[in-house]
Amino acid sequence: MTQVIRLSARQLASSFAGPFDFDVEAGACIVIQGPSGAGKSVLLRMLADLDPHSGEALIDGRSAQTMSAPEWRARVLYQAAEPAWWEASAGAHFDDAHLAWAGARLAALGLRADILDADVQILSTGERQRLALLRSLAREPQVLLLDEPTAALDPDGVARVEAMLADCRAEGLTILMVSHSPEQARRIATRIWRVDDGKLAQAPDRPADDGEAA
Amino acid sequence: MNGTVHLGAFDLATAAFLILLDAGISFALRLGVHRQVLVAALRMVVQLLIVGVVLRVVFAGGSPLATLAVVVFMIGAAANEVAMRPKQRLAGFGNYRIAAAVVSAAGIATVILALLTAIRPDPWYAPRYAIPLMGIVLGAVLNGASIALDGVLDGVVRERARIEARLALGTPLRDALGPVLREAVRRGMIPIVNQMSAAGIITLPGIMTGQLLAGMDPMQAVKYQILLMFLLAGASGVAAVGAALYAARSVSDPRQRLRLDRLQPAKPRKRAK
Repeated sequence: MTQVIRLSARQLASSFAGPFDFDVEAGACIVIQGPSGAGKSVLLRMLADLDPHSGEALIDGRSAQTMSAPEWRARVLYQAAEPAWWEASAGAHFDDAHLAWAGARLAALGLRADILDADVQILSTGERQRLALLRSLAREPQVLLLDEPTAALDPDGVARVEAMLADCRAEGLTILMVSHSPEQARRIATRIWRVDDGKLAQAPDRPADDGEAA
Repeated sequence: MNGTVHLGAFDLATAAFLILLDAGISFALRLGVHRQVLVAALRMVVQLLIVGVVLRVVFAGGSPLATLAVVVFMIGAAANEVAMRPKQRLAGFGNYRIAAAVVSAAGIATVILALLTAIRPDPWYAPRYAIPLMGIVLGAVLNGASIALDGVLDGVVRERARIEARLALGTPLRDALGPVLREAVRRGMIPIVNQMSAAGIITLPGIMTGQLLAGMDPMQAVKYQILLMFLLAGASGVAAVGAALYAARSVSDPRQRLRLDRLQPAKPRKRAK
């Protein structure tokens, strides 16, 4: 695969973290590690333009400032560690077009077929976390920013989510994911970054050779 | 009956026992509001006495400048109340900017409309009409604006995760804030709706009661009250919408982010509502 730079950060900084400078290739899976409060979520939120910041983020060389914020966020989509729900039923969080897409992928994530009709409140944390992933992926972002997306899942659930993310990467999705699990990082990362004290520490970077997961 | 019943100091003192009763209830049931009740009652008495004296002077003089001064003072006081009521405070006196803009715009527009169309005193700024009208309109504006302002500032804090989840999925800020804004405006308009439905059946509105006690013909009093209710409904609606939209603008930015960093940490409030 040719190395197309999908996402870049240039002097991206806020009072909490940064500056960050990096380029991420299309289809890469970056796993971000580091202690709690080091600025991992701050980095993801700045990339999604949810927090005020200096510097800039670019997608395919195009600055976030050249497009509307909603357009940027639909392309560089952030999923919080505890995804929120604003409608009563799970399915109401999907557009009609997305509903069919999500329905076809429930089984792959180990979710029961009628779960989209269920009241969000009665679902388990793990079920909600997997539904949130479907909610995010259904919008077909180019870059997915995931904040501990498998924290509430059992090993089977983790494996299913990782498999789905791998499929999406094969179709060109770029992933930046915060994870506290070194095993997970080894399984899925094309590169592992370490964020410490608001900075990107020089990580034991493996060559940015896509598809060569160890 | 054309004479009005004059109240003496003794009549008021008798009624004041009811305030002591309230305070006693609070004390006995440990509600903790007896101090607030007493302070509010004392404050009410002093405020009204001062108002009585000032209005007597201003009415007698009929000066537009004095009228304007009274109106500006009333707007300032109402704006201050609106700004103080929400638990959440915007940094940089944001609550005060919103309150001043909304209260003065809604109040002045409504009163001028009434003076130039329905009431038409001569001169149009005659203090006997302009000042009481402004007073009652500001009461409605104060309710509408403060409830809506509180609703938005409180709502965005409470609903932060939901709003940001929608923003993160590429939803425009307008849509993500929609539920909070609608709820705030709706709540801001409830008091006037209740007031209109209850008028005459459950309660006799204050102004009408005052006019009846002062010896006015009931149908005249009723017509006045209907006019006032329309004015108050308009003013509340404008104030609630204005406060909600301005507040929404203040907790967001042009990049459609939710900017709760512009809220100050809440301080406990001592003063009663």
